Amino acid sequence: MNVPAKPAANALRRRFLKDVAGAAGGACLLALGATVYARQARALPPLAIRPPGALAEEAFLGACIRCGLCVRDCPYGSLTLAALGDGVVSGTPYFTARDVPCEMCEDIPCVKACPTGALTHDLHDIRKARMGLAVLIDQENCLNFLGLRCDVCYRVCPVIDKAITLEKRHNPRSDRHALLIPTVHADACTGCGKCEKSCVLPEAAIKVLPTRLAQGASDPHYRRGWDEKAKAGGSLIGEQVQLPVRGLEETTVPGATP
Amino acid sequence: MSAQHPGRDAVVAKGWLRAHKWLLMRRSMQIGILAMFLVGPWFGWWIVKGNLAASRTLEVLPLTDPFVFLQMLAARHVPEMKAVIGVLIVLGFYLLVGGRVFCSWVCPMNVVTDAASWLRRRLGLKGGHAPHAATRYGVLVAVLMTTALTGVQVWEWVNPVSMLQRGLIFGFGLAWVIVVGVFVYDLMLAGRGWCAHLCPAGATYALLGRWSLWRVAANRRSACNDCMDCFAVCPEPQVIRPALKALGQQHPVILDSHCTNCGRCVDVCSQNVFRLGSRFNRSEQ
Repeated sequence: MNVPAKPAANALRRRFLKDVAGAAGGACLLALGATVYARQARALPPLAIRPPGALAEEAFLGACIRCGLCVRDCPYGSLTLAALGDGVVSGTPYFTARDVPCEMCEDIPCVKACPTGALTHDLHDIRKARMGLAVLIDQENCLNFLGLRCDVCYRVCPVIDKAITLEKRHNPRSDRHALLIPTVHADACTGCGKCEKSCVLPEAAIKVLPTRLAQGASDPHYRRGWDEKAKAGGSLIGEQVQLPVRGLEETTVPGATP
Repeated sequence: MSAQHPGRDAVVAKGWLRAHKWLLMRRSMQIGILAMFLVGPWFGWWIVKGNLAASRTLEVLPLTDPFVFLQMLAARHVPEMKAVIGVLIVLGFYLLVGGRVFCSWVCPMNVVTDAASWLRRRLGLKGGHAPHAATRYGVLVAVLMTTALTGVQVWEWVNPVSMLQRGLIFGFGLAWVIVVGVFVYDLMLAGRGWCAHLCPAGATYALLGRWSLWRVAANRRSACNDCMDCFAVCPEPQVIRPALKALGQQHPVILDSHCTNCGRCVDVCSQNVFRLGSRFNRSEQ
């Protein structure tokens, strides 16, 4: 029997198995850690807004190479490159509107700086940027909702009268005055955050949120009767009998055609 | 010639300066490159913008890191021209001088792992067990596959190489934890474990290094006195033997793509066995 050869071969085999097991174990741990981390990191914190032209978050995280050139070329220092632990994926650019909003440069230098197109170079008109959507989130403390004429968010809006309009409502408290309600329109709001930045309250009543948080969605099969009626040039089901509502004969319903 | 103090004989034979020539040049290069990125944010002198992942020098020269570029492609993103031009320039450069020249002359992690390796030698630490040197290619494949599956550059969440330089230029956050982690791993668990066994960026650059013109050669190998100092300092000691001891090859040129061209073997050899030069110069003295 060749006794001395056996332990040597065994030792080699043992070492090899240990190597493989160690590597596999390490890889599994790393993968597990990365997955857990990935799940957390993928959810962008709601107040972190991506620069103009940023692809949808998943695609953005595949395309952005974390070089920080957009951060460097932002003339207003709006953008920050996230560091590990910031809650935003490390190395990716974002801004916090309440600190420094996007100033909506006409030539969009951050997009031009991006070497990969994670900020899409198809964006030529900054007004077409959709970084997020402003939402007047606190209707209890907003001064305009209280009947005062603050209007600051409306005045600073770079897309004034399109992205934010003042809508006249009745003020039921005094019963004599109007409420001028700042109203955001998603078809024009770029999410630049100037309104949030300038809100005079200690905590902004209007905030820019990622569109996925700010906006609901209508089911595509929904039809609005009045739109269809206007499109068809008349009621689709013929004239309806108008019945009086008891007690309200003298008042007009808001929005109804007289 | 003790393993704890390799290069002592070289200092006696050649003087301190000549025994540290390549090391000093390398450190100046590493610090110089970092400084070029830093004088912008520090003093407003914008020589280079960005970081090693992608940069713009003097507003004209775009450079892109091939490994990061590869991850981006794996994530199925079609890049703009700027990134493509940048990566072509970088690829051309490293094909010429040797892929892993990045590792020893540019990468800031090199300073960290060199420090860990030096301390490990000094303290005479022998513990731990480094994974197989080919593990890095496994990591590279795993990184690219995970990226392709998720469509997200997963490795960049933890990549110490990009994180260290980005941290220095743009702010660290908690990234220092990862850097310290690599230092401790290299010090306690696996000598040269990170750069020579695991790092997928290094693996990518090693793939580029196959045809590089600039190589180390043991052209005075007959003078070798077997002091083993070169093996002690070399980050990839396995690359030396074929050239120095004529194992599997006749000529004295180190052609292994894992050689980082750091030139430390040239420094620490008291017998002047090694030199850095063209891969085609196979002459011996």
